[in-house]
Amino acid sequence: MNEPSPAPLSEQEMIRMEKVHKWYGTFHVLKDINLTVRKGERIVVCGPSGSGKSTAIRCINRLEEFQRGRIVVDGQELSNDVKQIEQIRREVGMVFQHFNLFPHLTVLENCTLAPIWVRKLPRRQAEDIAMRYLERVKIPEQAGKYPGQLSGGQQQRVAIARSLCMNPKIMLFDEPTSALDPEMIKEVLETMVTLAEDGMTMICVTHEMGFAKTVAHRVIFMDGGEIIEENEPEEFFTHPQSDRTKLFLSQILHN
Amino acid sequence: MAETRIPRSDPPPASTIGVFGWLRRNLFSSPFNIALTLLASYLLYLAVPPLLRWALLDATWSGDSREACQANSGACWVFIRVHFEQFMYGFYPETQRWRVNTALLLLILGAAPLFAHAVPNKLKARWGLGLLVVYPLVAFVLFKGGLFGLPVVDTSRWGGLLLTLVIAGVGMTAALPLGILLALGRRSQMPAIRTLCTTFIELWRGVPLITVLFMSSVMLPLFLPAGVNFDKLLRALIGITLFQSAYMAEVVRGGLQAIPKGQFEAAAALGLGYWKTMALIVLPQALKLVIPGIVNTFIALFKDTSLVLIIGLFDLMNIVHNATTNPAWLGFSTEGYAFAAAVYWLFCFSMSRYSQNLEKRLYTGHKR
Repeated sequence: MNEPSPAPLSEQEMIRMEKVHKWYGTFHVLKDINLTVRKGERIVVCGPSGSGKSTAIRCINRLEEFQRGRIVVDGQELSNDVKQIEQIRREVGMVFQHFNLFPHLTVLENCTLAPIWVRKLPRRQAEDIAMRYLERVKIPEQAGKYPGQLSGGQQQRVAIARSLCMNPKIMLFDEPTSALDPEMIKEVLETMVTLAEDGMTMICVTHEMGFAKTVAHRVIFMDGGEIIEENEPEEFFTHPQSDRTKLFLSQILHN
Repeated sequence: MAETRIPRSDPPPASTIGVFGWLRRNLFSSPFNIALTLLASYLLYLAVPPLLRWALLDATWSGDSREACQANSGACWVFIRVHFEQFMYGFYPETQRWRVNTALLLLILGAAPLFAHAVPNKLKARWGLGLLVVYPLVAFVLFKGGLFGLPVVDTSRWGGLLLTLVIAGVGMTAALPLGILLALGRRSQMPAIRTLCTTFIELWRGVPLITVLFMSSVMLPLFLPAGVNFDKLLRALIGITLFQSAYMAEVVRGGLQAIPKGQFEAAAALGLGYWKTMALIVLPQALKLVIPGIVNTFIALFKDTSLVLIIGLFDLMNIVHNATTNPAWLGFSTEGYAFAAAVYWLFCFSMSRYSQNLEKRLYTGHKR
């Protein structure tokens, strides 16, 4: 259980963040972020709230602008070109804390919308793909319902399926379980674990340390807009280097 | 078997259910409510019987002239009967009125699927959109003529309820899309577009419709070169559409602002561009939210069409007014205006009911 799954990682780089800085007005939220993620690598980002961890991963699909530094995703450097940003977003799936499903569309329509309108797939094919992923997240029977009729855990699994339908190369998870009731966290984490087993490149902002231990290749700890520490999960939890990490871990593991 | 205990569920006290319960809850729940109930009953007693006597019991229904009404003290509905065709068609030539009736029949047939429960919402939306594009063209050709051997009927001869419906119909179908574009423009990231749309909205919203109509019919020709003259009705239609689109824009903007940021982010994260995000994600939700506001604007527009009387168009209101000044029928303005009011009310109330029905049908919330 505690052993990080040994996966042979290719050398291919999927994401490279170089000296990324970001300011909200005069507030310096991201300070010199450097991060390289290889194909198939799974990274967990943790840290106290307001540490900039969500902001950091939201820069990768350009939901947030950054003012200095560069980010290369799947060989393409992020620029201000709208078309290019849309191009990159097709390859990068994202799962949000509050699911952000489209409430006016059924579960199936949520899943087929982007494949039909962005990938230009025929409706039939998009529906087949959607049903396959809904089966994978174990809710094919809810396909005809509206998001408002599902539980939080089910909604988050639909959100994961919706992202997967675009066949992304990278999945970003922004605190996917923080808005869920405890009994629903497990079903979402299980879905994420199966995704990890298939070799998806994942970056996960989460406080689920159990998930970090079983699934992550690397754990990154952020505080005050900086990466304070990064290590393999085993080392990270047993021998944290900085005092801030130790403090954070003691707070998280004690409650 | 007899030992199994089934938890008993008693009926509620008799005084809280049925007619008696309803009366107690709604009319006699407190001393103040009892006083209000009694007062309201008294006022109804004062107003309703005389009204019924005037409008129904003592009214004259048959006959062809004002003399027929002299025997009774109530309303003279003969006045309405004699002028009915005029109220409906204005000065539209009698031999050509079948064209208006045909257009109406086509509208009823075309719109029928929109009200059928068996038709799924998506098909309804597509059908409705098609109807919005095709029907105005068909109706225009039918009304105006000049094609397919139909004799031309000049717009100055259109009148009555026909004209009211033309103005309201064109105003609604043109003001809504224009209002949506203005609302999007006002929330645009591009300063030039934003300023332009904001200025437009504030300008048109800041003037009374009556001045817009005056400007369109009296002042505009002064600025045009001599000899250039375009249709008075068309000018009024443009004025009303631009005016109402400014109001519509603000209603739609209210809806746009109610859509959570997460919806935009989720759409962006899936690679959807601006127009697809708006058309597929944001507007369907925003418009659904502001159905009451949109219909409110539509109802106001419908009644505002009566203002075209000041530029000499004979809509329902003006044609009724015209008939009351007919020397042969002086003294029946009460009947005339009561009829006009009833027609306006019928249309506005139908719109209101339809919008409530629409809201219920589009509800997918189930939110706790």
